[in-house]
Amino acid sequence: MTRGRWFSLLAALALAAALALLALPLLALLLQTSPAALARSLGEPSARDALWLSLRTTTIALAVILAVGTPAAWLLATQRFRGRAVVVTLVELPLVLPPAVAGIALLATFGRDGLLGGAVDVVFTTPAVVIAVTFVAAPFYVRGAQAAFAAVDRTLLEASRTLGAGEARTFAAVAVPAALPGLVAGGALAFGRALGEFGATLMFAGSLQDVTQTVPLAVYSRLATDFDEAVALSVVLVAASAAILAAVKLVVDARD
Amino acid sequence: MQCLGIVVRQRVALAAVAAALAAGCGGAGADRPRLTISAAASLTEALTRCSQGFTPAEVRLSFAGSDELAAQIRQGARVDVFAAANTKLPDQLHAAGRVGRPRAFATNRLVLAVPSGSRIHAIGDLARPGTSLVIGAAGVPVGDYTRAVLARVPAAQRRAILARVRSEEPDVKGVVGKLTQGAADAGFVYASDVTAADGRVRAIELPARLQPTVTYGAAVVTGSTHAALARRYLDGLVSGPCAAALRRAGFGPPGAAPRRAGRVATTGAAPGAPATR
Repeated sequence: MTRGRWFSLLAALALAAALALLALPLLALLLQTSPAALARSLGEPSARDALWLSLRTTTIALAVILAVGTPAAWLLATQRFRGRAVVVTLVELPLVLPPAVAGIALLATFGRDGLLGGAVDVVFTTPAVVIAVTFVAAPFYVRGAQAAFAAVDRTLLEASRTLGAGEARTFAAVAVPAALPGLVAGGALAFGRALGEFGATLMFAGSLQDVTQTVPLAVYSRLATDFDEAVALSVVLVAASAAILAAVKLVVDARD
Repeated sequence: MQCLGIVVRQRVALAAVAAALAAGCGGAGADRPRLTISAAASLTEALTRCSQGFTPAEVRLSFAGSDELAAQIRQGARVDVFAAANTKLPDQLHAAGRVGRPRAFATNRLVLAVPSGSRIHAIGDLARPGTSLVIGAAGVPVGDYTRAVLARVPAAQRRAILARVRSEEPDVKGVVGKLTQGAADAGFVYASDVTAADGRVRAIELPARLQPTVTYGAAVVTGSTHAALARRYLDGLVSGPCAAALRRAGFGPPGAAPRRAGRVATTGAAPGAPATR
């Protein structure tokens, strides 16, 4: 009895320590500003440009990730083929890759002296932001979607095929709806990661207001010149990220 | 520092280690105080080279855009010395009581840097369509100097050049990086950055009438736990091993910057004020 009690106490202490480390900085951030200062800073053209650019690029990136990542994850979850482990590793690699390395790799591919021979010179353009963000965020979705598809009851899929549905119909009408909570969660994680992307974007796309300067880059750039705006944009990122996570939790809980 | 590492008998080993520690031979700086220097990104090569020779302390260097470092100090970062690529930021921090009296310790020149095989030969070539130019962001010293240069170019040409700006980097090494990676055609950097880039980029000198006064200022940070050592490090920047390393890296001595009419306002001095203080 007492043995169980001391462990519970230890766990509670651990949770408190974790909370202190994870939540205290966010609280400190909020205390740096006031609603009035927040509204004033977010009204600045540079802040609005950054917010609008981030929304545009992350939305396009998410659309690409969902369209390409969903069938790809389905294949990885349902097929066994030679070299599958290698493919899975390659797809997940950007998860652990330092963003600066991702930036150099993208330059080495799409830069003017890059592998593609400058056939698509996108460096310093908004599409470069979308590419960088897609590169770092896609694995979050593919990984989640693959796990969600793998957890779908195989008898459901076999029933669908027995009833005459083709692979495409089984995928769209049975697998996707059954895996939906996992897909939504993966998509939200990817969206959140995309929204916060910094290093690869700075290295590959540069930083120019209204073209490539997303919210994280604007925060970094304003840190010294306009601290209030840097804080205001940070608060927006925190709020957006929290909203995304909360929404995911609602969706997943509703299905359970 | 003299350390006798020869221990004949094992039983005296412990005593020898204790004696060595007491005598200041604690191996990897175990007993040496640690001095943290926040320095402008353009100082990276020179200070990295000379700081190992600063024997009284173990020097830890933190390089970034001077404005970012100043913001960190304003937020209470525990740093001993602040070395900036202008005198405006140390002066501002001094006025706010965050650092001691700033001293000028080096000068530099702004140049137009291009990849070694480039067809750009003068600032006028920047206006060519398709040219991609990278500059420092506003607020970062190199970005402010660049804007000061462009402010002296005829308005039509200035607009044409500004239209070629593809990225505003958070520090000067970001500008150099975009050039060495072949992402951009040209960028405004310091002469010392071209020296540091080891032949991968070429410097195009600016006409004297466009050249801004680039003076580096440093100060001991208020509340430094090793203020005396920090002052010694600062002395070494002004005249000492680090000063010599700076000259070798392409920096000029303080006060040697060309003093011309229409000095650049980025130094933060009122018109007619002395260039260094």
